[in-house]
Amino acid sequence: MATDQLTSPKAPADARPSFGSRVRKLRIDERYLPVLGTMVVLIAMLAIGGSRYENFLTGRVIANVLINNSFLVVIAVGMTFVILTGGIDLSVGAVVALSGCVAAWMFTHGYSAAVAIPLVILVGTVIGLVVGVMVHVFEIQPFIATLAAMFLARGLCYIVAPESIPITDPTIVSLARTRWGTDDGLVITPSGAIALAVVAIAFVTLHYTRFGRTVYAIGGGEQSAKLMGLPVARTKVLVYVISGTCAGLGGLLFAIFSRSGYALTGVGMELDAIAAVVIGGTLLTGGSGFVLGSVLGVLVLGLIQTIITFEGTLSSWWTKIFIGALLLIFVVLQRLLVLRRR
Amino acid sequence: MSSVMSSAGAITRHRLFWPIVALAVLLLACVLKSNTFLNITVLDGHLYGGPIDIVRRSSVLLLVALGMTLVIATRGIDLSVGAVMAIAGAVALSQIAASDNPESLAVVLSAIGSAVLVCLMIGVFNGFLVAVVGIQPIIATLVIMTAGRGIAMLITGGQITTVTSGPYHTIATGYWLGLPVAALIAGFFFLVMALVTRRTALGVLIESVGINPVASRLAGVRARTIIWTVYVLCAFFACVAGFIRSSDIMAADANNAGLFIELDAILAVVIGGTSLAGGKFSLVGTLVGVLVITTLTFSVTILGIPANAVSLFKALVVILVCLLQSPVVRHKLRARRRAVAPAPVEVPA
Amino acid sequence: MTDTAVTTQNPTPIVAMTGISITFPGVKALDGVDFRLFPGEVHALMGENGAGKSTLIKALTGVYTIDSGSIIVDGEERTFAGPAQAQAAGISTVYQEVNLCDNLSVAENIMLGHEVRTAGVVNWPRTRNAAREHLRTMNLDIDPKSSLSSHSLAVQQLVAISRAMVVDAQVLILDEPTSSLDADEVARLFDVVRALRDRGVAILFVSHFLDQVYEISDRMTVLRNGTLVGEYLTAELDRVELVQKMIGRALAVLEELEEAPKRSVAQRGDTQPYVQAIGLGRKGTIEPFDLDVYAGEVVGLAGLLGSGRTELARLLYGADHADSGEIRVEGVPTKMRTPRTALARGIVYSSESRKTEGIVGDLTVRENIVLGLQADRGWLRRISKRKSDEVVNRYIEALGIRPANPEAIAGNLSGGNQQKVLLARWLATAPKLLLLDEPTRGIDVGAKAEIQKLVADLAAQGMAVVFISAELEEVLRLSHRIAVLRDRRKVAEITNSDDVTTDDVVHLIASGGQS
Repeated sequence: MATDQLTSPKAPADARPSFGSRVRKLRIDERYLPVLGTMVVLIAMLAIGGSRYENFLTGRVIANVLINNSFLVVIAVGMTFVILTGGIDLSVGAVVALSGCVAAWMFTHGYSAAVAIPLVILVGTVIGLVVGVMVHVFEIQPFIATLAAMFLARGLCYIVAPESIPITDPTIVSLARTRWGTDDGLVITPSGAIALAVVAIAFVTLHYTRFGRTVYAIGGGEQSAKLMGLPVARTKVLVYVISGTCAGLGGLLFAIFSRSGYALTGVGMELDAIAAVVIGGTLLTGGSGFVLGSVLGVLVLGLIQTIITFEGTLSSWWTKIFIGALLLIFVVLQRLLVLRRR
Repeated sequence: MSSVMSSAGAITRHRLFWPIVALAVLLLACVLKSNTFLNITVLDGHLYGGPIDIVRRSSVLLLVALGMTLVIATRGIDLSVGAVMAIAGAVALSQIAASDNPESLAVVLSAIGSAVLVCLMIGVFNGFLVAVVGIQPIIATLVIMTAGRGIAMLITGGQITTVTSGPYHTIATGYWLGLPVAALIAGFFFLVMALVTRRTALGVLIESVGINPVASRLAGVRARTIIWTVYVLCAFFACVAGFIRSSDIMAADANNAGLFIELDAILAVVIGGTSLAGGKFSLVGTLVGVLVITTLTFSVTILGIPANAVSLFKALVVILVCLLQSPVVRHKLRARRRAVAPAPVEVPA
Repeated sequence: MTDTAVTTQNPTPIVAMTGISITFPGVKALDGVDFRLFPGEVHALMGENGAGKSTLIKALTGVYTIDSGSIIVDGEERTFAGPAQAQAAGISTVYQEVNLCDNLSVAENIMLGHEVRTAGVVNWPRTRNAAREHLRTMNLDIDPKSSLSSHSLAVQQLVAISRAMVVDAQVLILDEPTSSLDADEVARLFDVVRALRDRGVAILFVSHFLDQVYEISDRMTVLRNGTLVGEYLTAELDRVELVQKMIGRALAVLEELEEAPKRSVAQRGDTQPYVQAIGLGRKGTIEPFDLDVYAGEVVGLAGLLGSGRTELARLLYGADHADSGEIRVEGVPTKMRTPRTALARGIVYSSESRKTEGIVGDLTVRENIVLGLQADRGWLRRISKRKSDEVVNRYIEALGIRPANPEAIAGNLSGGNQQKVLLARWLATAPKLLLLDEPTRGIDVGAKAEIQKLVADLAAQGMAVVFISAELEEVLRLSHRIAVLRDRRKVAEITNSDDVTTDDVVHLIASGGQS
């Protein structure tokens, strides 16, 4: 019947005439745009630093950026998983401190590295599991759940290590001192290698496993992911377990770096991790972003620190202002990108 | 009989039930440990005692949480409040220190005025990023949270500015009409906001914007203005809190003033029943939340909990309250529920 | 009982629900309902708003637990704990909102959960090939690598059906699948549905578009107020009977409206239009158009999906900015910067997405109704309880809002009642021009009629109305003049009269105005 053709209904307001295939090509590129932007900034900073200071663009300096921030790389990787699902993890700094304190405690009580190291990482895993249960089973918002976990971990720190405990275990010391590579050129330490390995594993997981794609799916729409029959519950809990484990591992790396366990470490580290992830192009709303971007974000933050050191005369408060300004530029650009897309 | 049961049920189902229970338990524990805890004595026309201390110590957190409640109600969050507190103290004290007569009331008032101006500008900045540019609040306010302390240090020249100023010092330590000035300030602003939000339409408009910003805008609500305003208010209250804090120690410590107070404030708001997802809010609830957190910190000293167990104790209480308040547990405690809360049957729009 | 042998080869139902009852506090949503699904058949579930269609489906897929009755799937008695389990047992649902993740690629949306793996990791080339195969059966030629969000809703829906087929569904539930599709897309969907039916899949089709139901279904079950009215073969039940069974009464109201002569406000040498759009347009959403709207008349906007009707209304309201042309209100050129400008001039807009753009869900009915008035007054001067009582009670009664409780939470009301609350909000501001965008979409037949009568009455009392509806019969029933849009352009404008039929309008749309 002729009327049929006109009894055709309307599109919902949110599906305004899509520009279809004309824009399709643009959209595929647009998913990578934020990360490419970060890369541009990184290169720009390298260029500025190289032109301004001598010995800036040496292998050693560049390698040190990675080495000195390897713990942050690991933490940022874990944080990426959580943020991709649209959540957040405020406890990572406290977990880093806790891992360090537990490690130091175990060493002073005669445990060997072979026993201590796995247990230290396990501390993070357990806290991550607790958070995961709070978020999924008790439906507490991630912000609050991880905040509570932060208080908990910090509280435990003060019990385990009321005062700073130095670490003198030979394995740890050797891990701290080992360097592979040429003397003046590119150098890598075990910590750096571990960080890179974690990044590689995370990359494969996020892009080549069902679990990883489910992480993205949850960020895209938890209800939809559930209705698609994906294992949403398990995945949601697991991302916090992963973040906790990464924080535990990061804590271990930091303990190797600082060779001590101290209850006040890592204060504010979670915000550094979040900043790195955001600078790396991942959206806080979830569903979009890359773990490699987060790594670039960490490198950007590390480069800022390096530049400040080279500059010499600048005080620590300028670092804060720089990072704040950089963050501002990034999020405004990210926002303009989204606006232009519409 | 059944009406008594259903009233009892309604009371226990209230969002504030568990926080108030927690508060009562803590106070009880304190009284048991030190039975003069709840005594209020009058000395020199000033009131002293446990409850007065709690009220005075809550002032800073109450002010910050007050602004935070409004921001959260619009689906936002403000992480910059600690930095704003630091900046407020830095500006005020630096100006007083640089003046000829730190004891002059005029100097103090002018310094406070400058600080308020600076903090209002920060509020405008935050509001602009969120309401106009459309950046997510957690990141938008992270900018000042990161850079703010650096700015504060810039103002104090990297030092912890200390100064002696009688008038300024009374903010935190003075008494008026027998009550601590700090508590009066906080109480005053709390009452003003409580009245303004419920006597005028501001409260319901804020809720509308938080629940459905798009629909609100289409209904003619000035959504953008409202969102912008709450960030300015939040910065203002954080500024006042900064005055109290810096007045307490007569020093502007850019690094430590208000450190992590945003977390305590958010916690107080959530304990008080306002959801982080925005919408309906309760200032009274926030007050209860603030009292719980302050009493918690207090009780730690009274109960003689060893210093290094303080954080853990606090953490456990917070986790317990959060769990008890969680939707899942509240459902279970109601005992009779089916698989899913029934939505009215309707054809999808 | 009906004769099953007539439409299906297989006389054994694949799903048999018997005596299903579900009670929610205060309301019996389903009362002893029987329902059967046969393989190789399209079975339409009919009933108005609140009849229990969604509840029945949710009972089948395990979203709700049943209080009594049994569900037998493929010969075995089953209860599912949730949609995922139902899916594993071969019952897949495709919802109107297309519950897929649009940040993922097409291939992922189809294959996630059943990816092709090598050595423990996903083999993307092979997985994409598998996806391509499935797309082929839907006659969809799109790139599996492309992001789902880059495709139209119609395509996304077909992708959702592909996913259902990946898990070899024996039962496919289509819940309002055509609400957002245009005629071509509906035709394509129906081809797919018929192909699946011929393959032996049992298809449960829920829709309130009667024409489509008659076109595609073999069998119908009618529910009313949670009870079963009956199961019929489509060929044996005509439209009028169907509607009567659904609502239990004749549509006298609608017949009256159709009979009322359209008094066109055509002779207006002296009156000027209340609102005039001259060359008004916005790049990318609607080409510059002219439109005059006079007090006391209804201007209907007719057109297909994407023709620009909502965009036109939004420009008149200031919800979007025009980049060409001007608007004149009572002859005075006005820049519609924001909705507040429009509101100040008595122009109101009732959005088609009432849930996302209309109702503020957690606020009460009272607060929702008074919102427009309050927003206009500003935050300082709160509307007194007495005044708000008076306004709210007046509209609850006039519009028949149920439940008649001002303190009810608006988000809990049914779609039809939410629409009434929205209308109340706008009417309370005593507007001069009412822009109504799909006010009757997704609500039951009875409420539809009430709203149409209201529109006619308002116009008769002197209000100017712009009426947008996908249902051409409604537009013809109510409008004095009809503006026809196509492909984001206004192509024609006609004066309504008794001889104008829907065919005429269809021709106008099809020919783009050159007829």
